[in-house]
Amino acid sequence: MKNRKRAEPRPAMQSQSPPTQAEPSLGRDIRTKIGQQLRAMYDDVVSQGVPDRFHDLLKQLDKQNKK
Amino acid sequence: MDLDPSVREAVLAAVPSLRAFAISLCGNVDRADDLVQETLLRALANIDSFQPGTNMSAWLFTILRNLFRSEYRKRRREVEDGDGSYAEGLKSQPEQDGRVEFQEFREALAKLPADQREALILVGASGFSYEEAADICGCAVGTIKSRVNRARTRLAELMSIESVDDFGPDRATRAVLAGNDH
Repeated sequence: MKNRKRAEPRPAMQSQSPPTQAEPSLGRDIRTKIGQQLRAMYDDVVSQGVPDRFHDLLKQLDKQNKK
Repeated sequence: MDLDPSVREAVLAAVPSLRAFAISLCGNVDRADDLVQETLLRALANIDSFQPGTNMSAWLFTILRNLFRSEYRKRRREVEDGDGSYAEGLKSQPEQDGRVEFQEFREALAKLPADQREALILVGASGFSYEEAADICGCAVGTIKSRVNRARTRLAELMSIESVDDFGPDRATRAVLAGNDH
């Protein structure tokens, strides 16, 4: 009985989807790379925060309003 | 004009992303910062037309995008340059901010039509939904979707071609070196 239990096939491997079907047209790798590069390029600027000139601009506008 | 502190905070919070969008649009940091400044001035002068509770960031993006478009059209009428000004702006980019690593990608991006470029950035980088991007660009959601798709396909093509190009001269050089060895 113990043997039979051990002999039970483990379905985990079989339930995997069939090995990579030919990917349509342009590789998924390139699309993923595009998305990553786009965000990296964008986030690189975002991470620079708010340059002083924009803080200054708002301060200046406040002063003008008080006049 | 009454600059409410919460409005001020919301405006400042949007600046980093507005800059990233502007740089992606015009390919030049200085021009982009001027564009952002103009956007803020325009927005604050018309702050009454902003509906509290709606998306401040999307509102500012709309203003920036429209300013860029009108400037772009004007420039195009003055000089028959088209996307040339964008390519021109790119040349000075790496020296300006010392970030060479995205240069190749920016160059590929520069080859896209402006409407595809902005759609891709809004959806793929700024994190707007297709609906928000459609509002910002003043077009239908389906139009945005197809622009984003075309942009991705074109970029994928450009980037595959570029990696082949990169390989070409290198292979040629190796062939020459191999020839010399014998």
